[in-house]
Amino acid sequence: MTDLTKLTIAKAREGLKKKEFSAPELVEAYAAKMAENRKLNAYVCETTEQALEQAKTSQEKINRGEGGDLEGIPLGIKDLFCTKGIPTTACSNILKGFVPPYESTVTTHLLAAGANFLGKLNLDEFAMGGSNETSAFGPVVNPWSKDVPLVPGGSSGGSAAAVAANMCAAATGTDTGGSIRQPSAFCGVTGIKPTYGRCSRWGIIAFASSLDQAGPIAKDVRDCAIMLKTMAGYDAKDSTSARKEVPDFEKVLGLDVKGMRIGIPKEYRVDGLDKEVAAYWDKAAQMLKEHGAEVVEVSLPHTKYALATYYIIAPAEASSNLARYDGLRYGNRVDGVHLDDMYINSRSAGFGKEVKRRIMIGTYVLSAGYYDAYYLKAQKVRRLIRDDFIKAFEKCDLILTPTAPTAAFPIGDKSMQENPITMWLNDIFTVSVSLAGLPAMSLPIGLNQQGLPLGMQLVGRAFDEESIFKAAYCLEKDVNFVGVK
Amino acid sequence: MAIDTETVRKIAFLSRLRVDDDKVQATEDEFNKILGWVDQLQEVDTQNVAPLVSVNENYLQMREDKVTDGNMPEEILANAPMKEYGYFAVPKVVE
Repeated sequence: MTDLTKLTIAKAREGLKKKEFSAPELVEAYAAKMAENRKLNAYVCETTEQALEQAKTSQEKINRGEGGDLEGIPLGIKDLFCTKGIPTTACSNILKGFVPPYESTVTTHLLAAGANFLGKLNLDEFAMGGSNETSAFGPVVNPWSKDVPLVPGGSSGGSAAAVAANMCAAATGTDTGGSIRQPSAFCGVTGIKPTYGRCSRWGIIAFASSLDQAGPIAKDVRDCAIMLKTMAGYDAKDSTSARKEVPDFEKVLGLDVKGMRIGIPKEYRVDGLDKEVAAYWDKAAQMLKEHGAEVVEVSLPHTKYALATYYIIAPAEASSNLARYDGLRYGNRVDGVHLDDMYINSRSAGFGKEVKRRIMIGTYVLSAGYYDAYYLKAQKVRRLIRDDFIKAFEKCDLILTPTAPTAAFPIGDKSMQENPITMWLNDIFTVSVSLAGLPAMSLPIGLNQQGLPLGMQLVGRAFDEESIFKAAYCLEKDVNFVGVK
Repeated sequence: MAIDTETVRKIAFLSRLRVDDDKVQATEDEFNKILGWVDQLQEVDTQNVAPLVSVNENYLQMREDKVTDGNMPEEILANAPMKEYGYFAVPKVVE
């Protein structure tokens, strides 16, 4: 019998319908794979028994010819999504032991569609990081690692690693500055951050609310389409959720890209760009050209300011969002002689180094006397960055860039540990898209000479995920990427 | 804009975080490195540019002003580290 865990959602759905295997068998296959790969540290909480129960219900529905779009499909959930009755920690000590009394909107949609949850996936603490090393549960190991353990990227490192190692059919992720796309690239899987507002943020532990957006990480483009269709949709509980019809993204797969204009931003050819990354970038453009797309140069002149803008706005919003962790209503409390003392003790013990760093930067840029110079200034530059994209999209329909400047790097890399800015530079190709609120997908384009996956990013106009899916599907067929062995 | 030791202590308190005495200097240095880096934004001409608060500013909607949930004190208190008589309990604040 074939390894069930290697099946895409589309294939598993077909197999379930044809009774080639059952939903509980599928869960059991994944549970075995999870046990086998426990050393990767992708899951921080396993709920396979519960998944098995859900699978039995799913099977009954399938037997009756009923069931939703994801009936009997086992998923992994990033531990940033609140799941009712299942511990949710954001991989922070401050939330250890927290059991949400409610379910996030996105996971509610997935459950209603019949998905079975295998467990909660590791991430950088509060999604702050690009390597999954800031997690209170320890780092995740990239399944592509050879002699040296490599990072899976971050913050959705557990999600990308679990999908790559077939420890779930697909996973949820969240992306604030690249947290779906960069780990997808590092782990050789496909992930999409939809347009800001496409998925409800309700019940997702907040990092930077004007940037946070949920999306899927999956084995291929079609699975991303299936997942996103279920995850997306207007939600009255999130005031920034968009009142937009959710298209059936699967319908555009296989459609022609003839005449589509693919923009190549000249400012993304940064000095010192990895030669192999640059070569794959050219190759991807060439592939789309051969399908009849037109490749045009575009300009995003404020690109070089995106990282600095992001590292003002995101910490500012984080410092405000994380003010709620006070040791009072939930999470870890460390007593003190008076109230402030209790706050300080609880927060100092509960938050890790990177989170503290960002809270303090955020507090500083929002504080009296510095607000205009930093925060307001960053918001103004953010508009210029967004306007760059609006102008570029007058000349093209999609933008093609590498996802990250390099392949996955080793866990504990010295230069990254010593200088936070070096680590932040990883987000160079993803943050401006986040600041502009645009949809973007990362898909594997090939391996570098060390045998590590590299990703390409396709960026679309706001609420035009369909063009991304169309072009990505086309590229995917040509690339014919083979996952980790 | 460089910051000094006093500012580090002030920001730490505003953040309700402790920075140990032997870490203040390192924190100050790191802060100055980061702030020096973000200072590059000052070279961007933003005259007559309005701040972008949210990318979907056009979608904000009003809703009817009515209660849509509530009556769940047990759920709300379920995760409290300390609770008494149906309330969150805190250390004594009145001397």
